Amino acid sequence: MKTEYLLMGILVMAGMTYLIRVTPMVLFRKKINHKWVKSFLYYVPYVVLSAMTFPAIFSSTGSKLSASFGCVAAMILAYFKRSLLTVALGAAITAFLVQLAGF
Amino acid sequence: MKKEEFLQGIRDGIPICLGYFSVSMAFGLTSVLSGLPIWATVLISLTNLTSAGQFAGVNLLLVHGNMIELALTTLIINIRYFLMSLSVSQKVESKMTLKERFAVSFGITDEIFAVSMQRKENLTSSYMAGLILMPVIGWTGGTLTGAVATSIMPEVLSSAMGIALYGMFIAIIIPPAREHKNVLFAVMLAILFSLAFAYVPGLKKCSGGWSIIIITLIVSAVAAALFPVEEEEEK
Repeated sequence: MKTEYLLMGILVMAGMTYLIRVTPMVLFRKKINHKWVKSFLYYVPYVVLSAMTFPAIFSSTGSKLSASFGCVAAMILAYFKRSLLTVALGAAITAFLVQLAGF
Repeated sequence: MKKEEFLQGIRDGIPICLGYFSVSMAFGLTSVLSGLPIWATVLISLTNLTSAGQFAGVNLLLVHGNMIELALTTLIINIRYFLMSLSVSQKVESKMTLKERFAVSFGITDEIFAVSMQRKENLTSSYMAGLILMPVIGWTGGTLTGAVATSIMPEVLSSAMGIALYGMFIAIIIPPAREHKNVLFAVMLAILFSLAFAYVPGLKKCSGGWSIIIITLIVSAVAAALFPVEEEEEK
């Protein structure tokens, strides 16, 4: 991966994130109370992460089968509200074991 | 700089710092295993200080997404900070200078926002400096720790680690989807759209970054129209 591309990308990400945070702080004083806008913003993180995870997760390891097992493991761990690190590692270890078994 | 205010900020920031450490360790670990250099991973955490936004950004960087996709994806995922920053702007002490406002803005995250909103007093720049400092250390330090840990990991384990980042996403999505039917609806609709963009012939042409943006706008808009969120659900 090219260093210039990465630096440019990081600059874009950091710049955009900062712009969002700084604009209201220095420009606006009025509070937004629009229900639809607030609801829209509430759903955004879940929608983004869902769309990014499925179906991409199934091609994230050496095989579809190991990825499927990892995915199910993650869903079970997440259902029982394990920490992010536990769920991430649980998915990876499960996928690893399935690959180790030769699938 | 008021020392007492600063120290109170540090104290309030420690729990956030600890929470961030483990999350960012997962981020550092998975990003480096997905192919990002260690320096870039740490630099992203230091300059972005956000979870979902930088996870998505790394995802795009890895598939060589273009800068417009990157900027728009970051904008859409992080636009919620706009509202938080707006609320903070009304709670900071009135004499806070413009320079201080520029500095405080850098540290508006979900958790820092939540803690600062719980404080009874008006927010001073000294307090905010302390409150932001600890999470920044936790977030960046955790990323570095996770990133460096990859080099001592056996090669065979690394091949299965590509799934870890998605595992982390699942850990963010499932608990609220389990408790709130409206979130479950949004998640299911998003997955349905995502599958369509992956497999339906015409839609397949749309690049990953753009399809995420389109899905986010449509699904969030529909969910917000069908199931407006009550105040108490927002946390």
